[in-house]
Amino acid sequence: MRTGVVIFPGSNCDRDMIVALRKITGKTPIKIWHKEYDIPNLDLIVIPGGFTFGDYLRCGALAARSPVITSIKNHISRGGTVLGVCNGFQILIEAKILPGSLIRNNKLLFTCRETTLEVQSCIKNPFLSGLKIGECLKIPVAHNEGNYFAPEDLLKQLKEEGRIALKYVKQKDNEKNYNPNGSTEDIAGILSKNGKVLGMMPHPERAINYLHGGTDGLKFLTNCVEQIIG
Amino acid sequence: MKVIVNVSRKEGVLDPEGQAIKSSLNNLGFEHCSDVRTGKQIILNLDQNNETEVLKQAKKMCEELLVNTVIENYEINILKD
Repeated sequence: MRTGVVIFPGSNCDRDMIVALRKITGKTPIKIWHKEYDIPNLDLIVIPGGFTFGDYLRCGALAARSPVITSIKNHISRGGTVLGVCNGFQILIEAKILPGSLIRNNKLLFTCRETTLEVQSCIKNPFLSGLKIGECLKIPVAHNEGNYFAPEDLLKQLKEEGRIALKYVKQKDNEKNYNPNGSTEDIAGILSKNGKVLGMMPHPERAINYLHGGTDGLKFLTNCVEQIIG
Repeated sequence: MKVIVNVSRKEGVLDPEGQAIKSSLNNLGFEHCSDVRTGKQIILNLDQNNETEVLKQAKKMCEELLVNTVIENYEINILKD
């Protein structure tokens, strides 16, 4: 299993992601600098979280125009798998690899806490296919612009194509702030048309050790690796 | 030639910053302020004197980078000295 983690100026979850992938695969992922045009064949490319280019203009906008994005698009067109976490999700959206938009959290607050995610019934994909539909994962978020927005027709299309992968859910009936950012229909993560690209706001690499408060992130990433290896 | 690009959020896209400003204005006694929408202005300096070409270039810049057309509208104006 060969994995790679993309690094931009301002990425700050790259090391945590490398630690997580090394723990699961037993191999150190390669680091891919944002100026690289040529990247080797990899089983999984992860775009980690951070504040690339200082979040200038729009979150992920400048990173999405970096040379490495062309290589990532080529990897995707060859059927390759890509996971974008947090700022990585914002970059995938800005690069138009995933549709819609991530706007400011509805309460104008940077939110950093644990959330409960529910696996949705969606198309076959290497990220969730080993997990049960309706299964809940506790994974933390930490973002300011994670409010997923899609125009109505796009939302309808995403539902019809089974591309809504993860949603924030309540744990108790009276829980009010289960959705940390006000995203449309509590969306936390969406898939590409072929299911090989997942963008998600929560950080699985921040829940891989009991000292983190939970290991559901490890469960999620381990499942990805197992699904990809087949 | 100087070009001013005004970027605003589309109708129906949540503008939490605008809402926070509105509620603050209402608190200050401006009760008639019923809505606030925020946006941004980008000023470009292009080494070009042909107006048509400048507008064409600015539009391309907007579509390729400056604007997220899913949620934003834009307006390009040439600043005359």
